[in-house]
Amino acid sequence: MNKKIKIKLNGKEIICSEGATVMQAAHDNGIDIPSLCQHDDFPAKANCRVCVVEIVGRKNLATSCSTKVEDGMEIITDSERVKKSRNLNIELIFAEHIEKCPDCAQRFNCRLLELADKYKIEITRFKDRKGARKTYKFANAVEIDGTQCIDCRNCLDACNKMQKINFLSLKGKGINQEVVPVNEKNGFSFYKNNNKVDCIYCGQCTVHCPVNAAQEQSQWQLVERALKNKSKVIVAQFAPSVRVSIGEEFGASQGKAMPGQIVAALKKLGFDYVFDVNFSSDVTTIVEAEELLERVKRGGAMPMFTSCCPAWIKYIEFYRPDLIPNITTSRSPQIHSAGIIKTYWAQELKKSPKDIIVVSVMPCTAKKFEATRPELKVKGILPIDYVITTRELAWLIKKNRINFLKLKSEPADNPLGEASGAAAIYGASGGVMESALRTAQYLMLTAQDTVCRDLNKKSKTKNCNFKIEFASVRGLKGVKRAEIEIGKNKVRVGVVNGIGNIKAVLDNLHDYDYIEVMACPGGCIGGGGQPIPTTPAIRQKRLEALYKIDKGSKIRLAHDNKTAIEVLAWLRKNGKLEHEVLHTSYKKKL
Amino acid sequence: MDILSKIKKANLVGRGGAGFPVEKKWLSVAKAMESKPATKRKCYVVCNASEGEPGVFKDGYILEHHADKVIDGMKIAINFLNAEKAYLFLNHNYYKKLNKKLTVLLKDSKIEIFVKPINAGYIGGEESAILNAIEGKRIEPRLKPPFPTTNGLWDCPTLINNVETFYNVSLVAADQYVNKRFYTITGDCPNEGVYELPDSLTIEKVLKQTKNYPKFSFFTQIGGGASGEVLNSSQLKRQVSGAGSIAVHSLSKNNFKKVIENWLDFYANESCGQCTTCREGVFRLKEAFSREKIDWSLFNELLDNLRDTSFCALGGSVPGPINSFIKNVFPNLQDKI
Repeated sequence: MNKKIKIKLNGKEIICSEGATVMQAAHDNGIDIPSLCQHDDFPAKANCRVCVVEIVGRKNLATSCSTKVEDGMEIITDSERVKKSRNLNIELIFAEHIEKCPDCAQRFNCRLLELADKYKIEITRFKDRKGARKTYKFANAVEIDGTQCIDCRNCLDACNKMQKINFLSLKGKGINQEVVPVNEKNGFSFYKNNNKVDCIYCGQCTVHCPVNAAQEQSQWQLVERALKNKSKVIVAQFAPSVRVSIGEEFGASQGKAMPGQIVAALKKLGFDYVFDVNFSSDVTTIVEAEELLERVKRGGAMPMFTSCCPAWIKYIEFYRPDLIPNITTSRSPQIHSAGIIKTYWAQELKKSPKDIIVVSVMPCTAKKFEATRPELKVKGILPIDYVITTRELAWLIKKNRINFLKLKSEPADNPLGEASGAAAIYGASGGVMESALRTAQYLMLTAQDTVCRDLNKKSKTKNCNFKIEFASVRGLKGVKRAEIEIGKNKVRVGVVNGIGNIKAVLDNLHDYDYIEVMACPGGCIGGGGQPIPTTPAIRQKRLEALYKIDKGSKIRLAHDNKTAIEVLAWLRKNGKLEHEVLHTSYKKKL
Repeated sequence: MDILSKIKKANLVGRGGAGFPVEKKWLSVAKAMESKPATKRKCYVVCNASEGEPGVFKDGYILEHHADKVIDGMKIAINFLNAEKAYLFLNHNYYKKLNKKLTVLLKDSKIEIFVKPINAGYIGGEESAILNAIEGKRIEPRLKPPFPTTNGLWDCPTLINNVETFYNVSLVAADQYVNKRFYTITGDCPNEGVYELPDSLTIEKVLKQTKNYPKFSFFTQIGGGASGEVLNSSQLKRQVSGAGSIAVHSLSKNNFKKVIENWLDFYANESCGQCTTCREGVFRLKEAFSREKIDWSLFNELLDNLRDTSFCALGGSVPGPINSFIKNVFPNLQDKI
């Protein structure tokens, strides 16, 4: 516990913890001090100068995000002097940001407009000065629109400090400073010194941008157009983590699971069918667990890496192509799902896959990139047509004036609706690992020991030392390590929670047999396409919600998903399809 | 008497401009060192020889004529703190001129010359920006606290003093300090240059003793051509402030609008861009001042905001010269334009 101290806040004496910032102390006492550059993921930068307050005895105003409370401190947050400076700084910032409100997916969530409204800001006091700035696009995933940037540098912190990719940098100084890809700044000299850097499309810059200057490359416009096309069957599929985050966009409590409302909203938007990617996550688990055991048995490239995270795949292909053989050949859940939709389900529906449009709703910007990878084609067509982020879906719902919180919950469509608890936790760091361990353990035990053959019967689990929960791979620690007994084997597993923590693991690969990597902190629940804000506390809430779904699930093992087993059997019967739908390959990227 | 007591007794203050007591700074670094486990006690000494303030040349003069004493002062600090290493953060023009001489003097010492990058500009002389420059980071001030005395170079306690300060330390150590300081005199005067004179002299006396006191009507800027305060000829019965410079300007030769424009151009060029207040504020000041009809209420609001909410002293110093110029030299300016 921190020492308690006394301060005076707007004339009222209050007790607060030593070490808290003025902003935190004020917040805890019901006074919200506005800020644009402050983010709980980063140390205070204090550069927007919007959170200024008066501290009695100090000559100048102080930034409340960076000033720590001191015993006896007298703070005033609402004096004329404070208001004048705060409002002027907001007006100055407004003139950096070219308003593109009509098509801005953050329009209903805009912190600038909120401040303007709250403080009666004169938003056109100064003339916009960034009209000629460029937009930098990174693949089809992320873009940074210089005309909207307010120079808060959160994107730099996300890319460089948090993710340690160091792809973004600042060029120029004063009013000419500009966030640019590092290659742009260095005049492409990286070709010479071999010190190449590239974006991995994780989108952490976008989820940390307060003004949507760093943003996903939107596809909601294309989805809107597709929805009007009545000649095609239009299908939506949504990721495990989206259900526990989207509610925040509409004011629901953090971490509230709302899968039924997502289905209902998508149907209202005009989708003919809505599938839950939890189903195919079970498929992914089975394919991956089988491969793991195969590698252990026959001696493939070890350690084996997970492949669900497309930003991680881009990282390997670009930075460590030597490790390509170590990645599981299993496709990711969204690709599995869409592949199954355009083969198995298309056949059931008696439709040509060409007449089906699949729209993926993902917590992620890199999934947009993944969906375009040519090697993922099934029978010559891409399984997924469009990928939108959680934020884009929320925007479409708001734009169409659908009252999300009031929607009656609807189940996802069958036959691809069944899912285990192991699938739900795919959205959390350690979740893919845990799901695969559950299934690998099952497969190993049943193969090794006849006593354990009917393991899914409750009475047997105890005797066979069968575990469902693996607490050691859960949580928000940067790197999680554990030694797991699977039957008579010991598997040394590692979970990398956020690509910024990758180095310690890459430097010690021989310590591991199986490694899960999620590029975003917390896993997909902290993904680059998730609602803004996404903070450590919010990630924790979303995480807990996923484990709650798992705990409450009727089945908790991927291989108990009967439909998944059935679909796998069907694919395996169809020769070439098994490989086309379930597996993939990777290529070195320059 | 040990060196710290000597410094305290001499009342040495930093000669970089801020006038912070030297003893306090040294003590703060020493305490930061002591608070660390014995195996992690690492600290650095930096001599700030960046001298980026327009109209101030005394550090260059001191290095040209008394480099041995400056280096002696640095060595005293290194010994006092048992510092790992020291840097002479050197203005590139001075480096070109004095490189050979300094290299000889620094042989077999813990002191290394770090040439101030050409593009470092005015902000490149701010002490935490110097730390960034040496560490290879973007040259701009760091958020304080923590201060360099506790978290400086590579997060180690770091003592940063100005050239003249180290020179004074050397004198104090040898019991030769006699309360003198260096004055840079520039502008519309016959004997421009750097002079070493008692620090108790009034500005008027300094100008008279150096035969620079004008016969025409004039105003002065004291303590730096950018951030210095502007005084009229009736206000010179006080001592100099800041970096100890006096610039003399003829009233008839200088167009008042041009004078303010020069300051605004300077600050717009030198703003690092880190904070809204300075980056946007100075740009908008320039914009407002270039209008045919100046919106003085906006102009003053921007100046107040710079003083009140700037990230560092650069932004905070913008109102100083402009406000004092208007108040002391052109009190009716706002009615005229």
